[in-house]
Amino acid sequence: MAAVSAEQGRPDLREPVGWRRTKNRIATVLMWISFVLAIIPLGFVLFTVIAKGASVISWSFLTSSIPPSLAPASEGGIGPAVLGTIEITALATVLAVPLGVLGAVYLNEYGGNRLLARLIGFMSDVMTGVPSIVMGLFIFSIWVLHFGFSGLAGALALACLMLPVVIRSTDEMLKLVPDSLREGSYALGATKARVTVTVVLPAALGGIVSGALLAVARAAGETAPLLFTILTVTAANRNVFSGANTSLPSQIFVNASSPYSGAQARGWGAALTLIAIAFILMIVARFITARFARYAR
Amino acid sequence: MSTATQADPAGTAGSARTLSGRRPLGDRGFQILALASGLLVLVILVLIAITTTQQASSWFTAEGAKIFSTTWNPAANQFGALAFVYGTAITAVIALIIAVPVSVGIALLLTEVVPYRWARPIVYVIDLLAVVPSVVWGLWGILVFAPWIQHIYASIGSGAGGIPVLGSLFGPPTSGASFFTAGIILAFMITPIVTSLSREVTATVPAIDREGAYALGATRLEMIRGAVLPHSQGGIVGAVLLGLGRAMGETIAVALVIGSSATITSHLFAPGYNMPAVIANEFGEASGEFRAALMGLGVLLFIFTIIINVIARGVVERSARRKRGA
Repeated sequence: MAAVSAEQGRPDLREPVGWRRTKNRIATVLMWISFVLAIIPLGFVLFTVIAKGASVISWSFLTSSIPPSLAPASEGGIGPAVLGTIEITALATVLAVPLGVLGAVYLNEYGGNRLLARLIGFMSDVMTGVPSIVMGLFIFSIWVLHFGFSGLAGALALACLMLPVVIRSTDEMLKLVPDSLREGSYALGATKARVTVTVVLPAALGGIVSGALLAVARAAGETAPLLFTILTVTAANRNVFSGANTSLPSQIFVNASSPYSGAQARGWGAALTLIAIAFILMIVARFITARFARYAR
Repeated sequence: MSTATQADPAGTAGSARTLSGRRPLGDRGFQILALASGLLVLVILVLIAITTTQQASSWFTAEGAKIFSTTWNPAANQFGALAFVYGTAITAVIALIIAVPVSVGIALLLTEVVPYRWARPIVYVIDLLAVVPSVVWGLWGILVFAPWIQHIYASIGSGAGGIPVLGSLFGPPTSGASFFTAGIILAFMITPIVTSLSREVTATVPAIDREGAYALGATRLEMIRGAVLPHSQGGIVGAVLLGLGRAMGETIAVALVIGSSATITSHLFAPGYNMPAVIANEFGEASGEFRAALMGLGVLLFIFTIIINVIARGVVERSARRKRGA
């Protein structure tokens, strides 16, 4: 900027100097510091989980039964919890994703600007803020008190948490589908249902799937809704529809408050497994977005 | 929620019809199915309110106005919730004080400082914070973070001990598992959502406002204060409120690190309790009125978070509408 000299009567085009420049630099540095402040805990958590988890994790750890808390880290594993997490999350996905997609179809294709559609859209945003522990209490009151603890009850609680998330992400994707596609198929005489199922949804499929995967990743890590719905036992339960069950997050919760080092080590192993599951789902979602989403934000 | 503005080219009125004028049964059925799925959201919210209140009714009727008393003593059948409401407020406020400046700073960094191609990887990294499950934050918090930070608390506490105001906030007793630890962990957990919502609004500041400010010779900081912040105030307030709602309802991490002691104290480094944590820790063993009281705490938590979320979404929507109108 040295070449630009400010002469009398012309606007001052030089770089700001003195206190103004210093303040500007301080502000920029503070922004970078806030970024660093956010990644330090992330780095620490990931480092600790990987360092402590990697030493216990092995195929037999992932498949063996859960030993008593007293057992040393070399014994047993978290097999029933892995099984439970897969069962419960899969069932919750089957319950929540179709309903969420249909709900978004209503908001975007049928509801338009109507009061009811606006209300549903608004309340589903609000529903994403309902604490997960409240969902647990809700399913406890409406289901567990009548039908007992089961993987299904846990899946219902997770599905309630996933539903508004799926509605919101699907709604965003449906909005991106150009109206010319819809109009083209109406011009061919298709009914609205047919247009939605064969044109609109396929066009948005990539985005819908990746949004659903992110919702699954969140749900797989939830503990609070499962506490009073699956009862956290140590025995494996292959039947997701009846009998108490367990899951990775529930086992981590139990092990985190255990004084025994073996139990804590298994907690770290389970934490690494859980984070790995969540990361894989997230990476797959990103891949699908990058590869298959036709209309990106 | 921009359904409101979306032009609906083929609303139900313009739906395809057969030449006979009747809509095919399948078409009608699909619409009803979609409507039912949408209504499910409202049904679930109403059912949550009804069933949990029902389960908690014995607490509400037995204690009446005493639900907000300070004595929580399950052994003596006294269930005053004030200590938990207080703990919820304190931890959430600590979390916001830490997370909001950091989140707004990152949002401004992303939209105003770094070039676009660097912004994406930074967003991915911040989003990773949200991928770490609550229980993993809790596991790390209680086994690694709390033992480490208690030494810092102890030295701050002994330094602040005698000083009037600071002493009552940071003085002893200090403990690794405390209000403050819970607040810090909550701050980590709400940073991604506050960041991404703030970024959404700062990114919508019209380029012409920015360029205008620069053309007047403003530095970047002056441009941010003059053009970006006035424009995105409403959205940032909404983001902060949503962060507050999250911080109040976050359960498992807090249950592990808050120290589990139903006390009302100004000492931030002392162990405490909050509403979600006491439900998570005690509900499994509770029965009778104890269970009703914990269910009642859930009802209160539901009401608080719903109110905050309704306000937050309202604020966000209003600022979004104003921006579109402008």
